[in-house]
Amino acid sequence: MTTTTSAPAPARRQAENPLTAGQLPTWSPWAILGGALLVGAAIAALVAGASGSRFSIVATAVIGFILYLVAITVVSQLIEGGRKATDRLVTGVVTGAFLLALIPLVSLVVTVIANGMHRFDVEFFTYTMRNIVGEGGGVLHAIVGTLLVTLWAAIISVPVGIFTAIYLVEYGKGRLSQAITFFVDVMTGIPSIVAGLFAYALFALFAGEGVRSGFGGAVALSLLMIPTVVRSTEEMLKLVPNDLREASLALGVPKWLTIAKVVLPTALAGIVTGVTLAIARVIGETAPLLIIAGFTTNMNYNVFDGRMMTLPVFAYNQYVSPGVQEQAYFDRAWTAALVLILIVMLLNIVARLIAHFFAPKAGR
Amino acid sequence: MTTAAPAATTRAAAPNRPADVIFKAVSTTAGVLILLALAGVAIFLVAQAVPALIGPLPEDDSFWAWVWPLTFGTLWSSFLAMLMAVPIAIAIALFITHYAPRRVASVLGYAIDLLAAIPSVIYGLWGIAVLAPFMQPAYTWLAQNLGWIPLFTPPASGTGRTILTAAIVLAVMVLPIITALCREIFLQTPRLNEEASLALGATRWEMIRMAVLPHGRSGIIASSILGLGRALGETMAVAMVLASAGAVTFVVVGSQNPSTIAANIALRFPEAHGITVNMLIGSGLVLFAITLLVNAISRWIIAKTTVDGGR
Repeated sequence: MTTTTSAPAPARRQAENPLTAGQLPTWSPWAILGGALLVGAAIAALVAGASGSRFSIVATAVIGFILYLVAITVVSQLIEGGRKATDRLVTGVVTGAFLLALIPLVSLVVTVIANGMHRFDVEFFTYTMRNIVGEGGGVLHAIVGTLLVTLWAAIISVPVGIFTAIYLVEYGKGRLSQAITFFVDVMTGIPSIVAGLFAYALFALFAGEGVRSGFGGAVALSLLMIPTVVRSTEEMLKLVPNDLREASLALGVPKWLTIAKVVLPTALAGIVTGVTLAIARVIGETAPLLIIAGFTTNMNYNVFDGRMMTLPVFAYNQYVSPGVQEQAYFDRAWTAALVLILIVMLLNIVARLIAHFFAPKAGR
Repeated sequence: MTTAAPAATTRAAAPNRPADVIFKAVSTTAGVLILLALAGVAIFLVAQAVPALIGPLPEDDSFWAWVWPLTFGTLWSSFLAMLMAVPIAIAIALFITHYAPRRVASVLGYAIDLLAAIPSVIYGLWGIAVLAPFMQPAYTWLAQNLGWIPLFTPPASGTGRTILTAAIVLAVMVLPIITALCREIFLQTPRLNEEASLALGATRWEMIRMAVLPHGRSGIIASSILGLGRALGETMAVAMVLASAGAVTFVVVGSQNPSTIAANIALRFPEAHGITVNMLIGSGLVLFAITLLVNAISRWIIAKTTVDGGR
């Protein structure tokens, strides 16, 4: 689109090169942006001087951006015409929206890392919160709790999810498979707190009111995890070429063996990726665990009995109900958040790597 | 389940292998289990909610009078969040697919996927520690200078933990989700349509308006509503950020904010007992109904627009 331009004065319609006439040179948006930011800074400085407040970078950016949009539109309108002007305006708006959205996301990551580093030490990973008031203590019990609850959630939902997907792709016809597809869709939309309430209502039947257990948390999480596993596995099974199935069946291999030895291995990388992403999604869930797993300061290895602390609930609990030495509680909350982000990132990266290295190569 | 294959035909039918039957039965059971689990969700929640729906409540007149302010808060905060998130998400998706250099775009797409996976409790921490103090001066200014607009009626909140802050946090949370989906959709625009448009002399924006956006319209709606579903059910971020008073008001900068259903459950459930538990579960049922409705609407819109588009 943008050809090389050397037209010194774009306003001159009778340029040396008629192809580039009536076009702004490529450097002009940047020049206008720089000018707009300078003017914005000047206005912000004047306002700051007049009102006696501090010089505001936010004001500079906002004023500069608006000035840039106005200037580029007007300049382009004069030289390039209306359609080009609209195009340049939209380019500015889209890029601006992107930069605007980057601010909170970058701020979030920076805040968590900066605040989380205070307690990122050995004690944090080797101590529980038992008998700890004020400083010190750690999240060992919460890490163990998170791992156990997530492990049980995976134990429940991975087989159910994969077999459901197999049913839908390989066997399902008629009413039942339609119903399952529909209700898996419905399940995707269940709010996480409702999943927690369900687990509570279910376990309250057997154990009475006020029941809390890690296994209940696992049931709630698996309710959130199953639809993700079904969806991703279904997609992967559908990608397996029908030729493979037919070749196997034609050789006289029973259907179940075809599925187990031909279809599943072909789709394995994709399925593992999907499961890993599903785990990454539920490992950070707070609300259902707050309701059904509760919180405690002690180590609990038994998922079937008693309250069980998990990392997200730990971060929440430390932050909203601090004790006397507030800062110690806040620091622990932030470090727990940092650990949680690291776990989620790690799971995501592992999933990508699996997808990248173990995916069946095309044309094999 | 249905294993009664007609094996008694005259020709040699395939033998009904036991392993085959078992494998099919296991698969079918898994599918039926999901249906049972969902039925269980509905039945258990309704059973636990019934005492609150019919019975006398300790503080309020009726269940519906108690749950209305919460429902209002849920809808209002999600509406504000979508108002901010959807246009920006579409813009980011367009930026990644059609404006950014190719090499940068793939890195950005990856980063957006990672951000979508950040747990909500972390957004809550950020909102309460960074965003609320940052927004507070702006709220004071809005209340002082634009107080005549009903949205900004003074007095402004002193902590910045208003429903607008909660809505901004929600918007930041759903932004990566909507962006990731929209990006996929924009990437699926037929390359030839785009090139034809450009070859006819369209500018980049005209190409996007005439080729990319019409192609992705139903996808944009679907992904927005998925984001809305997440915003409606979002619990922890709102529970942490919002300083709620249970009021029904449209003011977005004050200290009298409506709470949301999910946040209210999370805050009150750990200490709840007796009829309160039933009330909270009843409100959870209302939330479930709302999200179901939203999802049904989205599916209906997709079905309608897809057929009308003739694609």
